[in-house]
Amino acid sequence: MLNSDLSKFKTLIQLFAFGKLMRTSPFWSLIFWAGVWELIGQMGWMDLLPPLSGIWFAFAELLEQSAFWDAFAMTARTFSIGLGLSIVVGIPIGILIGISKRADKILSIWVNLFLSAPITAVIPALMPILGIGDATVIATVILFSIWVVIIDTQAGVTHVKDSLVEMGRIFGCSRLNIIFWIVIPAAMPEIITGVRLSVVRAVKGVIVGQIVIALIGFGGLFNTYLSYFLMERFWALIIVVFIMSFTIIGLVELLERRIAFYANTR
Amino acid sequence: MKKVGGLSDIILKTEGVGVTYQESIVALKNVSLNVPTAKLTAILGPSGCGKTTLLKVIAGLIEPTKGKVIVGGKEIIGPGPDRALVFQDFALLPWATVLQNVAFGLRARGVPKKEREETSLHYIRQVGLLGFEDKYPHQLSGGMRQRTGLARALTINSDILLMDEPFSAVDEQMRRKLQEDLLKLLKIESKTVIFVTHSIEEAVYLADQVVILSGRPGSIADIVYPEIDRLGEVDLIRRQPGYIELVDEIWSSLKRYVE
Repeated sequence: MLNSDLSKFKTLIQLFAFGKLMRTSPFWSLIFWAGVWELIGQMGWMDLLPPLSGIWFAFAELLEQSAFWDAFAMTARTFSIGLGLSIVVGIPIGILIGISKRADKILSIWVNLFLSAPITAVIPALMPILGIGDATVIATVILFSIWVVIIDTQAGVTHVKDSLVEMGRIFGCSRLNIIFWIVIPAAMPEIITGVRLSVVRAVKGVIVGQIVIALIGFGGLFNTYLSYFLMERFWALIIVVFIMSFTIIGLVELLERRIAFYANTR
Repeated sequence: MKKVGGLSDIILKTEGVGVTYQESIVALKNVSLNVPTAKLTAILGPSGCGKTTLLKVIAGLIEPTKGKVIVGGKEIIGPGPDRALVFQDFALLPWATVLQNVAFGLRARGVPKKEREETSLHYIRQVGLLGFEDKYPHQLSGGMRQRTGLARALTINSDILLMDEPFSAVDEQMRRKLQEDLLKLLKIESKTVIFVTHSIEEAVYLADQVVILSGRPGSIADIVYPEIDRLGEVDLIRRQPGYIELVDEIWSSLKRYVE
């Protein structure tokens, strides 16, 4: 038994020689590691890691479950609301901090504190206040994603060339016109970057929030599958979550490339 | 040398203008200056002498610590429609076309779109940019960008045109072309021009009055009135008697402030 395992391990090592091939295309890399996974799963070393083919079937089963679609809907809902609020509230706060020294003094310290703070630790404290449901997950998404919007917007606003603002004053723009016609468009590349980073963080936030609460949405499903040892479903769900995050982030990057075309021409 | 009264009426003057930064750094000290109507006044000095600061005080962008700026008999409080500024770095909006950039001043003034585009196109033609109105700044050369900045300043039809080292960010040949074009333009549009420069040649070539600032803190060291005939061909200006001598004279008075 041990001997045959060892020989299998040797073949595995030999497979690493295909590293060169893997580096040529991410597709081959994916295929290779999927193969490694399948092999390890088939050997049955770890109960936690079922063969990939089994997960594939679980994946199909998962998509037929109403519990999955409920969780999906809840995730989509809390993600959109949380991210939307982060952007809608974060950009004005960032602009305010960028143009007002007083606001900068009062708020910047908090923004920087929360940007690097382990937000996950705060979620249990949110539960008694906001209850176990959408509100807590939305709050988690906001706490994960709003700070980077604020910081990047502020950076964009403070780096607007002085001469552009002076130009606005020379031609008689009101303060509001200077902000809307000059400062915001000039800060747009940084604002878009902030939004993109906040999407990444919001994806983390929406999943982490549900997992810490562990009773609702994907978090509830993860918990159920783990406690009943349904490892195929558990992994299928992880893959779904990964694909979702990748898709959303890919879409935002596509959007960013379209909008920030003038970033290089400033 | 002739006194300023011999030139014409005074449209703008500064009275004892001083600017102090952070309570201790003196950028300008006691600058009193008369600017004659419809003439070119050059502010000349070594780098860091506060000539741009002086222009920004006149523009109303910087509030002087001491003294005041008077335009048409009234003390200014901030920028006004009587003074337009052409920026050293052009200060064009990168996301806006030439037409939108030129029309910016009129837009800020609430002029309806059709009207401001008509006026803008008129000045775009006047600065020689017709056909480029739909281009973006990054598609233009330095010279064309500054023509855009100039057209924008002209649209609001102010009596006074302030220029902050307007031709310093373009190459030598383009600078000469822009200088000539400016003189031609001023024969059509009657403007009082105050421009900042570090080029003695440029000052003598363009200006009726050259204000020489000393080094830090900036104060008026001398005022020179080049008696150059600019009514004829612009090509002939540099060949006029006295041109080279005046450049030399200014250099000898300026030399001691240059480290």
